[in-house]
Amino acid sequence: MIIRVKLFAQARELVGVDELEVQLPEGATVAELRAALLEAAPVLESLLGSSFIAVEQQYASDETVLQANAEVALIPPVSGG
Amino acid sequence: MIHLTYNPIDTEQLLAAASQRAAGAVVLFLGITREFTGSEQTVSLDYEAYEPMAEKELAALEAEACKRWPLVHCSIVHRLGNVPLTEASVAIVASSPHRPEAFEAARWLIDTLKELVPIWKKEHQTTGESHWVHPGKLEK
Repeated sequence: MIIRVKLFAQARELVGVDELEVQLPEGATVAELRAALLEAAPVLESLLGSSFIAVEQQYASDETVLQANAEVALIPPVSGG
Repeated sequence: MIHLTYNPIDTEQLLAAASQRAAGAVVLFLGITREFTGSEQTVSLDYEAYEPMAEKELAALEAEACKRWPLVHCSIVHRLGNVPLTEASVAIVASSPHRPEAFEAARWLIDTLKELVPIWKKEHQTTGESHWVHPGKLEK
């Protein structure tokens, strides 16, 4: 399945696009998505470890199983306020 | 009430909404653009949000604050886009019958917002350099 991952802030600028597509097997988890993101965009290495993944606009754990067509986003450490 | 806006925040309107008959205390917190962070001189800040998720997180914070404290009214407004020096990027208003609850709720709301809500700031400096602020990012 193809998962589209929204990118924000420094992640968006490092990769140069606001959405990345990665190919994952059905039933893949957020942990597998992290590995696929690093392979697709090695430039994210410094940011990925401290970032969260959001699925359907909620913070997800590494064990979360991804569904095809899920809304997924990479959330670097936040700095609002 | 929660709101994301690309315009300056109207604090008078927020205070008016919070100043209800049941309230005896209104607390307004503003986070504004500071010029100096250590020796670095800031010109302005740019804010970006994952807007639909940020709205959900803000609404959840407001609901949680109303559960924890007997608030008469609560508003959280975050500005996005460019915010010049001295202007507010975030406003939190809490009103309650007595002052401790309004102070505590406003403090909890800004602290928790800064931990959880997917909003990011980019600092533009007088040197011409700009950088995203990502607290706790692993430096390599």
